[in-house]
Amino acid sequence: MNTWLEILLYIQIALSGLCLYRIIMGPTIPDRMVAIDIFGILVVGICAIISVQTGKSFILDIGIAWIILSFIGTLTLAKYLSGKKLNQ
Amino acid sequence: MRYLTFFILGLVFWLLLTFRISLPNVIVGSAASLICTLIFARYFFENTGKLINPRRWFWFLVYLAVFIWSCIKANFDVAYRVLHPRMPIKPGIVKVRTTLKSEFARMLLANSITMTPGTLTVDIIGDDFYIHWIFIRSQDPEIYTRMITGVFEKYIKNFVE
Amino acid sequence: MAAIIVISIGVLFNLFGCIGLLRLPDVYNRLQAATKCVTLGCCSILLGVFLHNGISAAGIKAIIAIPLLFFSATVAAHALVRGTYHFGVKMSDRSIKDDYKDAVK
Repeated sequence: MNTWLEILLYIQIALSGLCLYRIIMGPTIPDRMVAIDIFGILVVGICAIISVQTGKSFILDIGIAWIILSFIGTLTLAKYLSGKKLNQ
Repeated sequence: MRYLTFFILGLVFWLLLTFRISLPNVIVGSAASLICTLIFARYFFENTGKLINPRRWFWFLVYLAVFIWSCIKANFDVAYRVLHPRMPIKPGIVKVRTTLKSEFARMLLANSITMTPGTLTVDIIGDDFYIHWIFIRSQDPEIYTRMITGVFEKYIKNFVE
Repeated sequence: MAAIIVISIGVLFNLFGCIGLLRLPDVYNRLQAATKCVTLGCCSILLGVFLHNGISAAGIKAIIAIPLLFFSATVAAHALVRGTYHFGVKMSDRSIKDDYKDAVK
């Protein structure tokens, strides 16, 4: 069971690598922002798998904080894309 | 009334998140949710009596079941389109008119549309939803309005309005 | 055992989402496929964490994280697709209809 969890963890990290490819090679700026958003969600999955593997619950706290921070970051980037000031 | 409801919800959220009932924990949680109440409670629902109506909760559970089923269907739909060698997509943006009035109901409808097979809400202007659709099945506004919003609009109208 | 199966299904959905992110032709389709698949995949992984721990500190945290992840991912997708359209990215040449062009002007 533990070996299988480790394999799943490595698959998830490889998927983040695919997102990194899109961040580096993306033809337009919005492509890169979409990939950054998806990368943030994948990291939450990595945190959840690590917390099952080690049995420590504080790693899930890191995941929850990561959800909220990545949400605020994505909203800011989207506002910048549509050409507005941040307080509009 | 709405300040009190928001305060209690915030305190319950804090206690679930820390999962320990002791006096210092409750005091710190009350302080934190009091600050959040003073800042954010004016954006909460007008009519908090709707929260304790059992008929609305029943329709909410029905809506949740339909919604989870269509989420799973959406995933297999995306998997089919992505793994097919020629990628059978026919994308475009269509306009759909809604009959829901309140802001919260419209937000729920937009989120439901985003998670159902092949559709993604782009913008709301007035009564119109603009929806990016990955495979346009028909060109007739009547038919595609029923295909996109018909299922969820009825349930959301039952438990929100 | 059920927890491991649910976590594996979640990783499989994530895999579909990332393949979509690489293969589809333009940014709107990529956003659509990736948001759907990756959000449901991560919700499924968190559900697996809940099944593994039962009702305890870690399980309740995982249950709380599910609606949080759900709403933040969908709202972020709406904001990104709207910003992308206003930024001026063209839709791919396979698209057949665009009603939003008249509404923006």
